[in-house]
Amino acid sequence: MTAPASAPQAPDTSTGPYLQVNDLRVQFPTEDGVVKAVDGVSFSVERGRTLGIVGESGSGKSVTSLTIMGLHNTKRARISGEILVGGRNVVGMSEEQTRRLRGRDMSMIFQDPLSALHPYYKVGAQIAEAYKIHHSNASKSECRKRAIDMLGRVGIPQPARRADQYPHEFSGGMRQRAMIAMALVNDPDLLIADEPTTALDVTVQAQILDLLEDLQREFNSAIIMITHDLGVVAQVADEVLVMYGGRAVEFGTTEQVMRRPQHPYTWGLLASVPSLHGDADADLVPIKGNPPSLINLPSGCAFHPRCRYAGRNGDLSFTEVPELRQVQERGHLVACHLSEADRKRFYAEDIAPSAGVAQ
Amino acid sequence: MIRFLTRRILVGVMTLIVISVIVFGLFFAVPSSPAKVMCGKNCDAASIAAVERRLEIDQPIVEQYTKFMKGIFVGRTYAPGSDFEVRCDAPCLGFSFRNSEPVTDILKRTIPVTLSIVAGAAVLWLLIGVSLGMISALRKGTLFDKIAIGVSLVGASMQVFFFGLILLFLLVYTTGLLPFPSYTPITEDPVAWATGLILPWVTLGFLNSAIYARLSRAQMLETLSEDYVRTARAKGLPLRRVYTKHALRAAITPIVTIAGLDIGASLGGTFITETIFGLRGLGKETVEAVGFLNLPIVVATVLLAAVFIVVANLIVDVLYAVIDPRVRLS
Amino acid sequence: MTETLVQEPGSAPVEPQRPAGEPLLVVDDLTKHFPVRSGMFGQKALVRAVDGVSFSVRPGETLGLVGESGCGKTTTGRMLVRLLEATSGTITFEGKDITHARGAGLRQLRQDMQIIFQDPYASLNPRHTVGRIVAMPLQVNGIKPPGGVKKRVQELLELVGLNPEHYNRYPHEFSGGQRQRIGVARALALRPKIIVADEPVSALDVSIQAQVINLLRDLQRELGLAFVFIAHDLAVVRHFCQRIAVMYLGKIVEIGDRNSIYERPAHPYTRALLSAVPDVTKMGASGRIRLEGDVPTPLNPPSGCRFRTRCWKAQDICATEEPPLSLKPNGANAACHFPEDGTIK
Repeated sequence: MTAPASAPQAPDTSTGPYLQVNDLRVQFPTEDGVVKAVDGVSFSVERGRTLGIVGESGSGKSVTSLTIMGLHNTKRARISGEILVGGRNVVGMSEEQTRRLRGRDMSMIFQDPLSALHPYYKVGAQIAEAYKIHHSNASKSECRKRAIDMLGRVGIPQPARRADQYPHEFSGGMRQRAMIAMALVNDPDLLIADEPTTALDVTVQAQILDLLEDLQREFNSAIIMITHDLGVVAQVADEVLVMYGGRAVEFGTTEQVMRRPQHPYTWGLLASVPSLHGDADADLVPIKGNPPSLINLPSGCAFHPRCRYAGRNGDLSFTEVPELRQVQERGHLVACHLSEADRKRFYAEDIAPSAGVAQ
Repeated sequence: MIRFLTRRILVGVMTLIVISVIVFGLFFAVPSSPAKVMCGKNCDAASIAAVERRLEIDQPIVEQYTKFMKGIFVGRTYAPGSDFEVRCDAPCLGFSFRNSEPVTDILKRTIPVTLSIVAGAAVLWLLIGVSLGMISALRKGTLFDKIAIGVSLVGASMQVFFFGLILLFLLVYTTGLLPFPSYTPITEDPVAWATGLILPWVTLGFLNSAIYARLSRAQMLETLSEDYVRTARAKGLPLRRVYTKHALRAAITPIVTIAGLDIGASLGGTFITETIFGLRGLGKETVEAVGFLNLPIVVATVLLAAVFIVVANLIVDVLYAVIDPRVRLS
Repeated sequence: MTETLVQEPGSAPVEPQRPAGEPLLVVDDLTKHFPVRSGMFGQKALVRAVDGVSFSVRPGETLGLVGESGCGKTTTGRMLVRLLEATSGTITFEGKDITHARGAGLRQLRQDMQIIFQDPYASLNPRHTVGRIVAMPLQVNGIKPPGGVKKRVQELLELVGLNPEHYNRYPHEFSGGQRQRIGVARALALRPKIIVADEPVSALDVSIQAQVINLLRDLQRELGLAFVFIAHDLAVVRHFCQRIAVMYLGKIVEIGDRNSIYERPAHPYTRALLSAVPDVTKMGASGRIRLEGDVPTPLNPPSGCRFRTRCWKAQDICATEEPPLSLKPNGANAACHFPEDGTIK
């Protein structure tokens, strides 16, 4: 069963997806060899929807997001493929052109808000700067007013007073809110959140995720949520992209990927993550082995050294890179050499019964 | 901020007091009589005793110390009522009997020279060193970077007397482009002041800029990899703004510290430079005084050097707090 | 203690799954205050990191210490292994008061109580070979196992799932998960009776976490080790610990067995904590309790019940009277004037 691979969509900014990534490849030549950080990834995100990108270290998820924002040193990185932001291809754009999109049409929030905010400048000033740079005609007081406005919008009490404080005077949760305020001050159409809650306490994480959801409803922005936490993905994402070794291995709606996953890596993730429900005494089923080296990616399917089912279809896993293909369910794509029937069977027999995660 | 300042100033003052006690003790409380040392080889007991009375060394050490410290504020009369009575007006930092003049006058003559040399050289070495370093960091790996580092390495390995003498030879003796270095007070003739000091400025400036170039480069590189620089770019700031406003201010703090201490220490005496260029500054005066064992001058200059460094420390602390708001908390 | 040395590995008695007998470790009203000075002329203030914590651990039992940042769990763990000096309170190990143990007594204690750290990259000396790292506890204590130190080290490496032939490799040649295993091997070298694990899997990738958790579970069962497992991840703790203590701002707010805590939490904070954890089995955030604001500073904790500033049930009495830890209907001990009644949704 081989449905055609998902075809790139023609840019249509009014109705189509706001962000369209086609066959993105990012490589870094280093002394030890060429690091293939991203190796042929395609996906799209529409306004008002959230795409969750899941992966571990070395999966290429962060590099993808930095490439969308054009934050890589073009002299150091070799980038090919297409990244269409509102119809414009960011790949190959000059620094000056990309910089005009950054912070205005697309913005990003990072994992550690303490190090991501400049320690020497007041929070309000940093937000005002983000506004001023894209609204050169705005007066200083206008920018400041807008900054205070945004701080209030993200739920920081006494925003006027807080705007004159330094980042180290904020608590962790408030700092992340301030970062969100700074990212959204220009009403961007795309927000990329790179592990925004990993460094935060669980209760604060819950607040931040709720905040992002509220803001998305208000601004109708497209959100990319990058995380390694499947629970976060289940909670906030509409669609999920699972990445491994710089490639996309599974894509679909959250329900499709969480409830009816069809890639052994996704199975591995779901089975190895402890949860609050299910049999607490059952053994977790870890994925054996270690994440791959991006310089020496395994041949064929990058996951095969760790896959239980690697040898099941002759030599394919070892020699041929599986393509992301549509399965029976519409919108659900998987990159795996196993047949769909086999996958469903293995899932039902081996995965679903163990450790009460996937149901 | 005010609390921070007052605390630092208090600590500075206390440090100076402690230093003055130590210095005083070092020179005047030693078992071997300072008078004997000062008098020289062929002194008989009577002469030594005379020196002692003149310098008031025969008095208890604590009294000597208090008189010395008081003298700084209100002036001092050595051996009052005796044949050797000598009045030293405030601020009295001692009396050089060899030259028959108060040390303060000697300092008034020599400090401006050293100050001028160091000030000019410091401006040069900071400007050249820091900008070279920053630009190298931004152009890491390029030819510019490699040349800049190479040149700074040459500068760091050279000695003042070598480089200074070469410049003297080339620019003064051979081509006559510059006049022989001399000191003209800036209040008299600013142009002469500048032209007379160009050579020492360039010499010191070039040699010291090397360290700052390397330091700035390393600091800038580290700062450029910080998260907040990435955030600044993500906001859409133009690169120049990112470098100057966001990266520079963060990279500069350790440089401020080192520069402050460096300048403070240099003020204590740039002996070699002064000797090569024939300028009568603090360093030259001090070394000569040591040679002649002229204790009052030596004590005063040691104390002065300490003052320079403590003050430099204080200024550096304050500057640091101005640049980095996190420091103000403690 | 020579009998312990002569025993062959693997022949150590396997403790029964259910812990029994006298408690191995008893902590009573343990407190740690850090004095801080705000400015030279400012007042002295106290960070009440840990404020009167009591619990016990029986042989072979696993106790989890959970809470968010600033709750004092890491500080407690460090006091247990005597890396920090307690301000007041007592720690009793096997009946002996070890709160201020030092010298020979401390060395003896360290053979029985070991620690595993969070950061596998920072907790191993990069200049020592793996063999040396794991052998160091034996050498420092002057223990010579039969067959030699090297043999014992290789046994330990095998026990934690590493190749014993990698004895001479350096930490940087291993992955994060493997380094953590080295840390575990080091902790096991002296055959401790209890291990304090301070966030042992937080710094690892998700797929590796499961490997290390399983390893710790296997070792716990095989060797009958007691554990004090410190973590902020409630799901991980649930897979490892039989009893759990929930901490907030330096105090234990609820302590009980796993089922009581996870299925019928009595303390509102426990309930809020559990509902805040994003769960894979649930799509969307339904029925979640939203806590307002951030955790207050341990410099000036709220009077009475410390959780009252964020609690949706707070009443006047919560500000005036600090609720004691007492047995609640769910079977756990909780400190609350208005405990939750039962199931979480």
